[in-house]
Amino acid sequence: MMMRMVWQRIGIGFATLIVVSIIVFIATSLLPGDVAQIILGQSATPETLAALRAELGLDQPWYVRYFSWLGDMMTGDLGISKAGGATIASLIGGRVGNTLQMAALVAVISIPISIALGLWAAMHPGTWLDRIVTFGTLATISVPEFFIATVLVLILAVELQLLPSTAYLTGNESFGQLLKALAMPLVTLVIVVSAQMIRMTRAGILNVMSSPYIEMAILKGVPRKRIILRHAFYNAIGPIVNVIALNLAYLVSGVVIVETIFAYPGLAKLMIDGVQTRDLPLVQACAMIFCGTYVVLILLADIGSIVSNPRLRNPK
Amino acid sequence: MAEDKEKLFEIEGLRISAKNDEGEEVKIVKGVDFNIHKGEVVALIGESGSGKTTISLATLAYTKPGLYFSGGECRLFGKDVLSMSPVEQRDLRGGNVAYLAQSAAATFNPAITINEQVTEAAVLHGRLTQEEANERAIELYHALELPDADRIGYRYPHQVSGGQLQRLMAAMALCGKPDLMVLDEPTTALDVTTQIEVLKAFKKVIREQNSAAIYVTHDLAVVAQVADHIVVLYAGEVMEQGSADQIINNPQHAYTKRLMAAARPKPTSGMGEAVTNEHHRDIDNIEVKDMTAGYGGIVDGEPVVPILRDINVSVRNGHVVGVIGESGCGKSTLARVMAGMLPPARGDVILDGKKLEGSLKNRSLEELQKVQFVFQMADTALNPKQLIGNIIGRPLEFYHGLTGKEKHKKVSEILEMVELPPAFASRYPMELSGGQKQRINLARSLAANPEVMLCDEVTSALDSIVGANVIKLLTDLRNKTGVSFVFISHDLSTVASFADEIVVLYAGRVVEQGPVNDVLDPPFHPYTRLLISSVPEMRIGWLEDTMQKREMAVGIARGVEITRRGCPFYNRCPMAIEGTCEMDTPPLRQLKEGHEIHCHQTIEALEEAEREAQQILHGYEKIGEDDQIPTAH
Repeated sequence: MMMRMVWQRIGIGFATLIVVSIIVFIATSLLPGDVAQIILGQSATPETLAALRAELGLDQPWYVRYFSWLGDMMTGDLGISKAGGATIASLIGGRVGNTLQMAALVAVISIPISIALGLWAAMHPGTWLDRIVTFGTLATISVPEFFIATVLVLILAVELQLLPSTAYLTGNESFGQLLKALAMPLVTLVIVVSAQMIRMTRAGILNVMSSPYIEMAILKGVPRKRIILRHAFYNAIGPIVNVIALNLAYLVSGVVIVETIFAYPGLAKLMIDGVQTRDLPLVQACAMIFCGTYVVLILLADIGSIVSNPRLRNPK
Repeated sequence: MAEDKEKLFEIEGLRISAKNDEGEEVKIVKGVDFNIHKGEVVALIGESGSGKTTISLATLAYTKPGLYFSGGECRLFGKDVLSMSPVEQRDLRGGNVAYLAQSAAATFNPAITINEQVTEAAVLHGRLTQEEANERAIELYHALELPDADRIGYRYPHQVSGGQLQRLMAAMALCGKPDLMVLDEPTTALDVTTQIEVLKAFKKVIREQNSAAIYVTHDLAVVAQVADHIVVLYAGEVMEQGSADQIINNPQHAYTKRLMAAARPKPTSGMGEAVTNEHHRDIDNIEVKDMTAGYGGIVDGEPVVPILRDINVSVRNGHVVGVIGESGCGKSTLARVMAGMLPPARGDVILDGKKLEGSLKNRSLEELQKVQFVFQMADTALNPKQLIGNIIGRPLEFYHGLTGKEKHKKVSEILEMVELPPAFASRYPMELSGGQKQRINLARSLAANPEVMLCDEVTSALDSIVGANVIKLLTDLRNKTGVSFVFISHDLSTVASFADEIVVLYAGRVVEQGPVNDVLDPPFHPYTRLLISSVPEMRIGWLEDTMQKREMAVGIARGVEITRRGCPFYNRCPMAIEGTCEMDTPPLRQLKEGHEIHCHQTIEALEEAEREAQQILHGYEKIGEDDQIPTAH
């Protein structure tokens, strides 16, 4: 029962990736502009343009190009950048490391904080500290992230001069220097993603708290702390892991604004650059990485909620 | 008897209130006094809203959210629990006083194993170590006659049946050897057969452990089996209290007498109204022919999870057909097939002589309008965000194209039909009581102007007095409109008082059907017998007498199991013929016009079994009357 559901989810995830690849391919084909024109610039003659198009395979019908692209991707060949000639794998390689490094640091800090704060707020609903948490997280969610980033730059970098305002990496910093360089985007992202996770944890727990089995636990004289941690938390895991997965996926793919503000060389920024230079293979590769991240993380979250459900784990 | 025992709990002048929207005090419990002695079972009885649950929770120093204690004391061994510190109260709850809720299914945490939940309170309050608690839990599982007692604790709540969970909750309450147990309607949601099993187990452990208990219920017949002392409550006040014997056999207060009158009587023939009505014509209105249905899709004409097998049921115009059987027998599935919500794997549904499409989607608007479904839980069937006027108005618009003033007028008419004021149209479901919501639920179906109403356990969630009123309303509606009813219920008495014909369903097969008076008179199908003898009687000592019967011993021990061949009842049947019953489909035995029994035993054998049972029963009654063992005549 449980394994069947897990396989089902994996199948759905795979199908999603295929559909997404078609959409990505068609959407990027629709982008205005001609790569051959961009590469050759003003000096292009119709003949050289046609020759370059044939060399790049642009004269083939879209489905032929799609399958050859898909085939290449499956075998790990992401293609060659159409603007600059470097392999896309080498362009992306360094950036993936940067992005994953940032995402991992944010996750390590924000997930424990969020769950702890969410649980804590759920344990003391209606108190003034709970209200501060509720209001604070709501405010953070409502304010755009570039505003938070800008305010942080203003306070920490400009006024107090504690931290650098950019996070440009050279590649041979010490760990201390690295942390200092990353501190600003890190803090911004932790604030942004924690808010949602805190609210979801709190709401999930409070939702379970109105169940009859929680009232039963109260009537058994179980202390409130144990009620939350043992009786309520296990039943609220499903929604909590889902919101965590969404936020982790966002950390990989959605942080372009934060990366831009702090000039952090991440994957999202690379994709934007790709769009600007009409570098279609690069855009496609980035888009597929982002989609893949989402699919894998949501899949993990689904499997997490299936496994945390005793009904599915232990059939009758 | 109780006087020379030690006083355990003294409840004196207990008052509990709530605050309304204007911040004024609303008194819920208005000064209640009673005592509980060691080893004594005190029953709190009354209808919903009488404050019985609220009062019982006071012994745990707990109120439901929104309520507060506004006066009086609850003294455990002379110490008021209401004025204890929160830490002391925590030790009281689950330590001195243990609570058993109505629905064990909702009360067990789905994510934690049974054993951890059963032993949690005892270990937490330091009454036992984890090892001692585990041992005691297993002892209790044995005492409560749970199957696989040594290992049942490792399972999760969803892996055991409802009746087992209810008994496991008793183990949870008893594990820490509490001074007092509070049982809040612990058998109300159960089938009659399961109820007996649970009652028997409760009674046994209460006696063996010599613990005291508060038993909250609205069912006097159940009270008669377990209580030593009865407190009758109405609107937060004690109407009358006394020994069980005095209250049941010699009630003084007018309200107690009224409660006794509304208590469900033993189902017997002649309870229903005679079928004399201008609307009654002997034409089949809706009919199900050779129907097999189940869930999980259909493979080779057989459902993957079979429920119903070879069903033939017909409802004549203006008649009420009651469908009875324990949960899991396929009663709701039958109604779902008729309504088109579940297409049958084989067989036909016929309306007014015309074959209906199996699936709802392919039925015409007119066919949909003629067959209406009334769901059990009005709470979930009514959209909480819609006004009553819209809920009833929607089918008027959809089926009959009524709008504006016309629709408004019709809504008022329909509200009057279900005996509610027209002003209710501008209210939300939330503002109504349980009984009123069920009336709206019926009104919604009536608005379609149906020929057949499929009522699925519509009175099961209501207490006896409110339920009796809904039945009265249904009877009036039937007489006024000539609608046919398929009335599903696990409560035999309700069916007996309302139906013209009864279909007895067991594990997806019809075992007996016919006019109500014939089905409820011997000879019975062995399953019909089991159901009838499981309905508690308002007589002290009934439970013990019943358990002596042969069919109860076999019938109660096992549950409903759906089989693909033979008679599914054979493993619970005292008359089963080995090698035949489990292999071959039982033959149909026609008794009178329209009365049939499906059984391998002959009618003569069934009649003989009935005579024997009566003799045994009369023997017991004689012992009771003469207080001596009768000598052989």
